[in-house]
Amino acid sequence: MKTGAKILIEALQREGVDTIFGYPGGSVLPIYDELYDSSIRHILVRHEQAAAHAADGYARASGRVGVCLATSGPGACNLVTGIATAYMDSVPVVALTGQVPTGMLGNDAFQESDITGITMPVTKHNYLVKNGADLAGVIREAFYVAGTGRPGPVLVDLPKDVTTNQVTAERPLPPEICLRGYQPTYQGHVRQIDKALSLIAEAARPVIYAGGGVVLSNASAELVAFAERAAIPVTTTLMGLGCVPCDHPLNLGMLGMHGTPAANYAITECDLLLAVGVRFDDRVTGKIEAFAPNATIVHIDIDPAEIGKNKPVDVPIVGDVRMVLQAMLERMQKHGETNGWRTRVADWKKRYPIGFPDDDNLRPQYIIRQLSDILKGEGIVVSEVGQNQMWTALHYCFTKPRTWLTSGGLGTMGYGFPAAIGAHYARPDMPVVDIAGDGSFQMNIQELGTVAQYDIPVKVVVLNNMYLGMVRQWQELFYDRRYSYTELPPVDFVKIAQAYGIDGIRVEEKEAVREALETALTTDGPFVLDFRIEREENVFPMAPAGAAINEMIGVHRK
Amino acid sequence: MKSHTLSVLVENRAGVLSRVAGMFSRRGFNIESLAVGTCEEPNMSRITIVVNGDDVQIEQVMKQANKLIEVIKVSDITERESVDRELALIKVAAEPGTSRAEIMQIADIFRAQIVDVGTKTLLLQVVGNTSKIDALETLLRQYGIKELVRTGKIAMLRGSKTVKSAK
Repeated sequence: MKTGAKILIEALQREGVDTIFGYPGGSVLPIYDELYDSSIRHILVRHEQAAAHAADGYARASGRVGVCLATSGPGACNLVTGIATAYMDSVPVVALTGQVPTGMLGNDAFQESDITGITMPVTKHNYLVKNGADLAGVIREAFYVAGTGRPGPVLVDLPKDVTTNQVTAERPLPPEICLRGYQPTYQGHVRQIDKALSLIAEAARPVIYAGGGVVLSNASAELVAFAERAAIPVTTTLMGLGCVPCDHPLNLGMLGMHGTPAANYAITECDLLLAVGVRFDDRVTGKIEAFAPNATIVHIDIDPAEIGKNKPVDVPIVGDVRMVLQAMLERMQKHGETNGWRTRVADWKKRYPIGFPDDDNLRPQYIIRQLSDILKGEGIVVSEVGQNQMWTALHYCFTKPRTWLTSGGLGTMGYGFPAAIGAHYARPDMPVVDIAGDGSFQMNIQELGTVAQYDIPVKVVVLNNMYLGMVRQWQELFYDRRYSYTELPPVDFVKIAQAYGIDGIRVEEKEAVREALETALTTDGPFVLDFRIEREENVFPMAPAGAAINEMIGVHRK
Repeated sequence: MKSHTLSVLVENRAGVLSRVAGMFSRRGFNIESLAVGTCEEPNMSRITIVVNGDDVQIEQVMKQANKLIEVIKVSDITERESVDRELALIKVAAEPGTSRAEIMQIADIFRAQIVDVGTKTLLLQVVGNTSKIDALETLLRQYGIKELVRTGKIAMLRGSKTVKSAK
């Protein structure tokens, strides 16, 4: 006979869990008591939201399921933003929450919340375990659901008596999981694949639009191989950065609201759009009718509900991106003739590079380029949300998948710093840098306590402009410079870091950037860099909300 | 925009109805009617949902419903040969002597049954498709409807065709 908590820990070990990010409380005391002796490492965060983001960062960087743990009521509720973030970006996370004992469920007991009800819209699936005998099976199923098909977060709610009580009759685990309501399609339909291939071969102006699905299915190599063989330029979404090396000759960079002119012009003029692991997000498409208006669209995605959701599709291929691309490579017979098109696209790239004023001012783009130059792709870069995120997307050279972690779908400020903590535990061999704005950093700044406690070598690059920069940019451009509540008073982030026992440097001069970055990266343990950047620097180019993506403002010309 | 009848086969577990109904409302689909009950297999339930929308919207709502782990199968049976029924209980004002006979006549024509008689009311039970019940309701309104409850539509394909789990 074992307690439910013991069964839970054993089940987690069976799933290969090595790290849990969590925060204890009354309802999870039995679980914490079991954790105390277990081989699973537990990282104590300072706020449950950070536990969820850390589990998410762990999952994105490693490709494995991330795990977070919180107590009932407020603890569970604090996970919600992190769970929603993972849901929007299809990140496999298992969130474990404590719950009041089954006999008190629904009585508004102390620290009770209906967390399965609350998280229904932001989880792939969730469970309320009412019987200890079900525990092992539920955990297995939760990991299976989280990590297969289109990945996503799964929550398991654990009433206290379920983890405390002795389980008399443990049910044997089934040899394999078979859920009749959940049968993801992995192999693409062969006839559809052939149809797509012949359309691609006939196309004169094809473009590949690749997204987070390529990263999630580990299909980068296949994508690059296919683009090369078919000689098709590739643009990636924010979530797809890194799946094609930034310096690859076919890479047009990111598309969308803050996309590169080359990418946005190519999308507007293409006659065939091969959409791979993307969901036609409104930040990508801009005005939807003007997005690839003349193109035949082929869409590969594992989630049938994404196909045709925002834009009608000519050839839908439901399946795992990697398997479909493999099949396409095998079945490909003809190459299209795209020389003229590639020349045109290359010309756009040359004429409209992503640039910024090269003067003596301390500009964020310069800092990011210096960081990129130092790391040379050998590091994990995490961003917060806002200008810092877009500057990083545009100016950092990503060369590998899973080295860029950002909250794309939900746009969660405060994501980056805790996600960087998770990324470190997923890839302890890699340097991890969080690029932050002063606004975003202050949303989960308490995690300085966590990195200090465990000496987690995360480097925080604060692009400090004393504004909520992206909102201010919108106010400047679209609200007549009425900066309504977007100015932040100056904060001395170095002093804050020091209060936690962490080193930091404030940088105000362009000449000091390189050395400061190198110091941070070569110092053991965490480090905070407070860059006092140009206050009213903007992210350009930009297609205003509701405009077509080729109607950009702030295009840099050479 | 038109009404579509969806037959949704789900696992018979606590919370499944809330998941399905919640998905509809969350994504902005307006449910006209929803009826749920157990079906031929004890561990499954069948939900009949009537929802308004154009073809693209209906395709999307079916795909989203299919994504729910506990949803086994979703079928749109609007265009297929099917039988659909609703049950309504209607309590009509009927003072003795006056309109009672008329109401009973109407009930007869509609093959509604009088299942309870009060001193001032008659309680009618009627089974039929939505338009039949609507018609009866309209007719009875002149006498004064005290209370009315409808089950929502349930539907089934004709002949040997079934909406079964293919998975």
